[in-house]
Amino acid sequence: MKEWIFTTDHKRVGILYLIGTLAAFAVAGLMALAIRLELWEVGPGILSPNQYNVALYFHGAAMILGFLIPGLTGFLANYLIPMMIGAHDVSFPRINALSVWLYWFGIVLALLTFVIPNPPDIMWTGYVPYASQYTSGNSAFYVFTVHLIGFSSILGSVNFLCTIIYMRAPGMGWNQLNFFVWTIAGAFVIQLIFVPVLAAAVTLLLLDKYFGTAFFVPDSGGDVLLYQNLFWFYSHPAVYVILLPAVGALMEIITTMSRNQVFNYKVAVYGGVWGVVLLGSDVWVHHLYTSGLADWLRIGMMVTTLIISVPVGLLTISLVGSLYRGSIQYSTGMLYAASCLFLILLGGLTGIPLAMTSLTLHLAETYFVMAHFHFIMGITATFALFGAIYHWFPKMTGKMYSETLGKISFVLNFIGVNVTFIPLFGIGVEGMPRRYYDYAMFPQFQGAQQIATVGAFIIAVAMALTFVNWIHGAIAGPPAGKNPWGSASLEWTHADSPPGPGNFPTPPTVSEDWTPYNY
Amino acid sequence: MRIKAFSVMAGAVAMLAFAFPGEALALNDHTPEWDKVWMHLLIDVGVIGAIFLVVSIYFLLSYTRKSEGEVGKLKQMSFGNSLAWALIPAFIFMADDFYLAAQGWNLWNSQRRVPEGAYEIQVTGRMWGWDFAYPNGAMSSSDVEYDETGLVTGIDGDGLVVAQGTPVVLRMSSADVVHSFFIPDFRIKEDLMPGRITYLWFNPKDAGEHVYTCTEFCGLDHSRMYGKVKILPQPEFDAWLASKSEE
Repeated sequence: MKEWIFTTDHKRVGILYLIGTLAAFAVAGLMALAIRLELWEVGPGILSPNQYNVALYFHGAAMILGFLIPGLTGFLANYLIPMMIGAHDVSFPRINALSVWLYWFGIVLALLTFVIPNPPDIMWTGYVPYASQYTSGNSAFYVFTVHLIGFSSILGSVNFLCTIIYMRAPGMGWNQLNFFVWTIAGAFVIQLIFVPVLAAAVTLLLLDKYFGTAFFVPDSGGDVLLYQNLFWFYSHPAVYVILLPAVGALMEIITTMSRNQVFNYKVAVYGGVWGVVLLGSDVWVHHLYTSGLADWLRIGMMVTTLIISVPVGLLTISLVGSLYRGSIQYSTGMLYAASCLFLILLGGLTGIPLAMTSLTLHLAETYFVMAHFHFIMGITATFALFGAIYHWFPKMTGKMYSETLGKISFVLNFIGVNVTFIPLFGIGVEGMPRRYYDYAMFPQFQGAQQIATVGAFIIAVAMALTFVNWIHGAIAGPPAGKNPWGSASLEWTHADSPPGPGNFPTPPTVSEDWTPYNY
Repeated sequence: MRIKAFSVMAGAVAMLAFAFPGEALALNDHTPEWDKVWMHLLIDVGVIGAIFLVVSIYFLLSYTRKSEGEVGKLKQMSFGNSLAWALIPAFIFMADDFYLAAQGWNLWNSQRRVPEGAYEIQVTGRMWGWDFAYPNGAMSSSDVEYDETGLVTGIDGDGLVVAQGTPVVLRMSSADVVHSFFIPDFRIKEDLMPGRITYLWFNPKDAGEHVYTCTEFCGLDHSRMYGKVKILPQPEFDAWLASKSEE
């Protein structure tokens, strides 16, 4: 116990992140089930309106701030980055330990939602003036959760950017890095630049609510749109903080399991990853298309938003292209990765109408938007993360999970997400608004809502099987060996399973023609 | 050589896209035009999606591992090929983006340009109902009523009553938090917030009733903040307005 609490080993820090993220995921997932049950029929159901709003708040905040971002950056980066670049640890191991515990405190603070009187009911966006002047909920818990997890992210960014720049194995050039390392670098550059803006936005909210300032109070010269601009200035790039490492993990799984190199590596890195980082910071107004901003601003951001399709398209081409003439073996991790090629299309292409101001005038704040971001940010990223957990499970535990159970739960999961969210696209286009406790004005949508609820419970079964598989595999799985997938990447070729302290029995050096994809 | 040909083609597509919306649409109803742009969009992304999906599925099914020692045969690309695989897709995506942007822009201009002589109604959103003020000072409103179990029993107030055939412009603001006014049948919505005035317009061509509802989260009864747009023939509207003015 003590060696886990005081650990500065990046692998243990990574596993601490993993435990935290899966806990947040499980509780936020239970909230999703409660939400879906509430929507089973028109009219009030199992929850009161306030309970429903608190459940929505927790689901959104915990999934994004507690699960997706720390799962794809905190956990994956911590566990994999030092080993992929051939380092014995990160640049600042003790800061790394601080950042995981800040994150854990953030999770605890978020979980207090279920204990305190008047929990926050302000959605994960915390729009003012509702969150600052009108709610009876304790918005401070939301603000401090963002502060803790944000601070943790900033420390993580500095740490990993330093690690990637200064701790690569002797001889390892920029174009020899694992693709995943590049996506993490991109994600952490975004975190470093934009998290402070989010922290500023919610701090102003805090001051408005508890200290009588008037940053967002129009009667005293404030402006409610200031908050929305600041919030989305971070929170849109945050989507790429989630998506980029997801694509990176998918690329590692696909190249390893098809024993291929990355298709057009340099274009995917310098055009795809860095193109997304660059363009992704100039599109946030598409979250404010119906907020009454100047028309010219909305048109400008429509163009930048549409052009995001270029770097994302290049990344997708590289993902698909890496299968070309490959030698594909279907592990559970690879099944998750393969399904993501479909999910990323469904999620990505449904984003294109939402880039267009004129179509969004109808689609904004409907189930169409909700289904879109669940596919691209929620499901694609979750499937990539789950694929990654399966893929590196033998490395982390030294043991093997059950492929049969893994594949059964994958199939259920894939069916579940599509049954849940595809009907919601349909009623979204018909006009079903988000965040509705009741839909008495649209009783015709009840059928689609019920299909979605059934789908949610299929996902729940799949998740339960997945967790059983991991826990059983970690305790009683058969030994996996050092490199069960036959990967060429350093964490497989040079480190034991599980790797000991310092990662490598002998520090690796790489030659000029080495790449992690030499098969 | 191939790159050059493709870029010329892509450029031509982009220019075509800009050539189309030369004359501004003089729409009096956004719904059919929105539906048209939506159909174009669906076909457009459907084709892109189908190409990617077919290629992915073909690769996934045909390049399975045949023997244990087998490795992938993807070769390092030459500089020219590498560049082609960057620029050609980029040109195609960009051309498509500009085509869609142009289509969307055209509709957008009409959505945001209020026609001359539109009938102006002031809308105020509040937690959790709507108030409508008419040019002659008459007021209308809507509040959803529900019983103690939370079951909706009806709507109090006449809601947004308008005359058939006259374009309507809504000047909107909020008395408290951010709301959003959404009429799904007319494909329009815009937020209402304290301290700013926003607008929407639509043309009620046919008599009938349409749902409007709040689409920006505003607290406990966010989902109970809806009512009906009632489109009446001009004489009936005049009679209704007169009866409201006397109140």
